[in-house]
Amino acid sequence: MDVQLNNIVKTYNNGQVKAVNDVSFAVQKGELFGLIGPDGAGKTSIFRILTTLLLPDSGTASVNGLDIIENYEEIRKCVGYMPGRFSLYQDLTVEENLTFFATVFNTTIQENYDLIKDIYDQIKPFSNRPAGKLSGGMKQKLALCCALIHKPKVLLLDEPTTGVDVVSRKEFWDMLKRLKAQDISILVSTPYMDEASLCDRIALIQNGNIMSVDTPQNIIDSFPSRLYAAKARDMYQLLKDFRADPSVNNCYAFGEYLHMTLNGDMNSDIVFQELQGKYQPQDFEVKRITPTIEDCFIRQMRETEKYLN
Amino acid sequence: MKNTISDKAIICKNLTKRFGDFKAVDQITFDVDRGEIFGFLGANGAGKTTAMRILCGLSHPTSGEANVAGFDVYKQREKIKANIGYMSQKFSLYENLTVLENIEFYGGVYGLSRSEIRTRSEKLIATLGLTNEAKKLVGELPLGWKQKLAFSVAIFHRPKIVFLDEPTGGVDPVTRRQFWDLIYEAAADGITVFVTTHYMDEAEYCNRISVMVDGRVEALDSPRNLKKEFNTHSMDEVFYQLARKAKRS
Repeated sequence: MDVQLNNIVKTYNNGQVKAVNDVSFAVQKGELFGLIGPDGAGKTSIFRILTTLLLPDSGTASVNGLDIIENYEEIRKCVGYMPGRFSLYQDLTVEENLTFFATVFNTTIQENYDLIKDIYDQIKPFSNRPAGKLSGGMKQKLALCCALIHKPKVLLLDEPTTGVDVVSRKEFWDMLKRLKAQDISILVSTPYMDEASLCDRIALIQNGNIMSVDTPQNIIDSFPSRLYAAKARDMYQLLKDFRADPSVNNCYAFGEYLHMTLNGDMNSDIVFQELQGKYQPQDFEVKRITPTIEDCFIRQMRETEKYLN
Repeated sequence: MKNTISDKAIICKNLTKRFGDFKAVDQITFDVDRGEIFGFLGANGAGKTTAMRILCGLSHPTSGEANVAGFDVYKQREKIKANIGYMSQKFSLYENLTVLENIEFYGGVYGLSRSEIRTRSEKLIATLGLTNEAKKLVGELPLGWKQKLAFSVAIFHRPKIVFLDEPTGGVDPVTRRQFWDLIYEAAADGITVFVTTHYMDEAEYCNRISVMVDGRVEALDSPRNLKKEFNTHSMDEVFYQLARKAKRS
């Protein structure tokens, strides 16, 4: 195991705010593991604990076989960390930043150049530009190079794609795939549910609680009921009608369609005929679909809330 | 243009903003209908923020024409500001003021009377289910609540148009959808909604969307027509095909 967390708890404000609540999971060697959840779920606290910047209230954790408390100095040498907020020196140039991080880790840009070459080539034309003047996508690439320059065993990336457009996001995930092929274990967090399918395994996290840990496919396969996608000309009206109807279990907007589950074991054809007769939606269409990770997340959030209430 | 002006919330014609040699916004032309939910998309650096700042009366265009809520972006910027609402992901509410104080503050800034502020804020707090939180500091609320409150505050003075700059970034999928319920309600009340987002499923909730690439509007239509035009089933793919062409980033 390259990263292991056992029953980690972290609270703030004298225990009033529970940021991480009894979290356990493990990242295997060479795995690309995704921590999927919204802002405030506890993702950053977990990263700060693993990078030995924050002590947990209780529980144990290790990185690359090293205990986060006993061996914190060793851990700092063998992890590459990209914090959520851009934290390179804005007034140093691209090249100066990279040289700085190489020097701090007692190495040179040349020594591990093959590891960053693919990524660095893309920002090399701007090597004399101050880091603060780079675009979002470029900043990310530079930050990744700086996190990789000492050839870490484990890469910890806290929301590297937040606020970045679709094109840069795709490029970034391609880079991660290539790094994984070089046997670097990667723990990456994201609020974008559609990025979950790019990971080997994922943990869904909300309000400090891990809701599930598995491969994206297994999480999708364990969705407990049949999911349908429906649409009509007036989507907002359809949403209001279906949401209030007793035969509908859950119904929410999802892009072009509404996604919905039904109550009970009724034949769905009959239920949808009845719904159509009742509300007369124009251009109505409905089909059974495979859930996405976002559907699973919504489902588990609802169940957790029901359980807590 | 003259005979349709009353149906249009925003009219832009060849609107351009230059910084030195750099054309941040390059001759964009589009209209937004009253009561429409209009998605304003584009990659980072495409010029969205610059264009939005002009439309909000915060920045002077270099050339071209634009009319927002019936007012000219060159000569009537203060009128524009009084008739629009604005909310962004980054800054919207004062964290060290309470829920109620924030509402009162914005109501006051937009010139509502004390009695109006009182009646409307009571109603708003009840609708949002924040009765128990009204006297709490906004900084103590979860992000999702803050964003819903920020939106309600942005339309508290009943503006003609509300500008939303990535309002749902980082928000959980359930709250994100509750947020869109508020957008639909506002649109149903006749408020025009101008919104940017990085979530492509949210692009689908808009009546029409535009996609900016390198300062220009490269596509503008309903999500359905755009998907047809680009021969794909997802907005994600439409956006990717367009944004990939960008020269500057």
